[in-house]
Amino acid sequence: MADYQGVLVHCETSEGKLASIAAELLAAGKSLAGELGQELSAVLIGSDIAGLSQEVISRGADRVYVVDQPLLKDYLTDSYLQAMVKVIGQAAPRIVLLGQTHLGRDLAPRLAFRLNTAAVMDCVALAIDPATRRLLMTKPVYGGNAQAIQVCESDPQVATVRSKVVSPLPMDSGRQGGVINVAVDIDPALVRTRVLARKAETSTGVKLEDAAVVVTGGRGIGGAEGFKQLAELAGTLNGAVGATRPACDNQWISDNAQVGLTGKIVSPNLYIAVAVSGSSQHLSGCSSSKVIVAINKDPEANIFKSAHYGIVADWKKALPAFTAKVKELVSG
Amino acid sequence: MKIIVCVKVVLDPEMPASSFKVDAATNKVIPPKGTPPVLNPFDENALEAALRIKESAGASVTVLSLGKNISKAVIRKSLAAGADRLVLLEDDAFEDLDACTTAGLLADAIREIGEYDVIICGREAADTSAGQVGLGIAEILGIPSVSLAGKVEFADNQLKVDRVLAYGTETIGVLLPALVTVGNEAGALRTPGIKAVMEAQKKPLTVWKAADLGFSQPQTRKIGVRKVFQPVHETKCDIVTADTPEEAAVGLARKLREAKVL
Repeated sequence: MADYQGVLVHCETSEGKLASIAAELLAAGKSLAGELGQELSAVLIGSDIAGLSQEVISRGADRVYVVDQPLLKDYLTDSYLQAMVKVIGQAAPRIVLLGQTHLGRDLAPRLAFRLNTAAVMDCVALAIDPATRRLLMTKPVYGGNAQAIQVCESDPQVATVRSKVVSPLPMDSGRQGGVINVAVDIDPALVRTRVLARKAETSTGVKLEDAAVVVTGGRGIGGAEGFKQLAELAGTLNGAVGATRPACDNQWISDNAQVGLTGKIVSPNLYIAVAVSGSSQHLSGCSSSKVIVAINKDPEANIFKSAHYGIVADWKKALPAFTAKVKELVSG
Repeated sequence: MKIIVCVKVVLDPEMPASSFKVDAATNKVIPPKGTPPVLNPFDENALEAALRIKESAGASVTVLSLGKNISKAVIRKSLAAGADRLVLLEDDAFEDLDACTTAGLLADAIREIGEYDVIICGREAADTSAGQVGLGIAEILGIPSVSLAGKVEFADNQLKVDRVLAYGTETIGVLLPALVTVGNEAGALRTPGIKAVMEAQKKPLTVWKAADLGFSQPQTRKIGVRKVFQPVHETKCDIVTADTPEEAAVGLARKLREAKVL
């Protein structure tokens, strides 16, 4: 068995920029590499992305592997797998971190199985076991009702990390590091999927994951009409509208608005949960919000256990008054 | 077209949070009383996706499930909904398997079933939330995969899969045979009629034991569980009270302002 050393972080890019998850993974990887007394490497895969190497170094990497080829412009499982396998062969890391994004969710399992190792998906905490020096990976199970600490018994240990569980390190533009260009001879015959079309959902206003204020409606909202009222409050606070899974499944609002374990993870300064019961699945996606406010007519609703402020009231009566008062306060 | 759908029977993820308990000594969930098992919700979406292809392009749908003491009442729902055949990998040895062993066994069974064009799985199971069995099967079988599908259709002689991204969708064309994992966007499983439910009771099940698959010890296990626990995140909620809901709402807004949250 090869002598696996250090931590390798996959740095995702989006529209020519480093994705926010990349800086978070670099911070997580830096801390793990520090505990192991080993180095932190990063890998950039894409087309026209070599220019991001210094930023990756500034965010904590000691070394950056760059696979910059036109064929890697779009994420496709088979081509990115070939690139990752080549880099991992060269870097031989003990730990490989990817983001729990649509890319990481797709790439990590196939990568792990190809390397005859295993991945642990959607980690919310990572640590090194002082006794065995292996990676302790904490992840939600049973829809967020519980968490499990798992260990991968083979190398490299592959994990995907949920967004916003680690804060990025401040940029240190003076940091020095090595840049290693890796050429991958991608065999087009082994790339068995292709992108036929792409459709961006037109989003009005602030993106849910980036919003400082999120106003979320649950099953109790009862219909699409109610979400217009939530949008009004969100608009007043320059925030975004979220929803629970039942609200999305009932098509009161787009699936893209779903907050939760199976939807988006948010951590705004203010999270206003309206007629949300507070299932574990949902709380898993919003519990890192700074302040949670709940409006629910059921005093026993689980959401009140996670909320900081709340009122026990029928949202239909409370929300218009709340929105009106908020408008007055923020404009005054 | 031959489709295989992998499904898992799980504890109902919609159970009330208060009834959920973990045995700290064994790291196992104590099954809550009165919470019956169900088909994993994303696997129901997977089956629905398969049935829609069956309707539009013609296909046979084989449902494959792995476990110990699989609830027949639950699993027969897939036959009632429209699946043609049910293959159960059922053995006492199939308990507490990790994703690697599970994917290996399912891949073995799929090879045994033989012909297939499309394998459809839910994107993750509601209990282990491992999120890698489907893609692991694809890797073991050496076939392409598309994950996180919101829609799967067979048109123009190819499989077209709409992948749900953070800010939209992309349509992926994939060569067959292929594996697809789907999410809830693929649609809820149809509700079978009484007649279909009755007929499903009479259909034969194919059951394979560990020995039939040459499975003895879980040598393929790679993930160890150190601890399972229930996170405690109870905060002290400041409940604003008033005579009417409207006054309470105004009081709440004032309080948030005082706390500099607004």
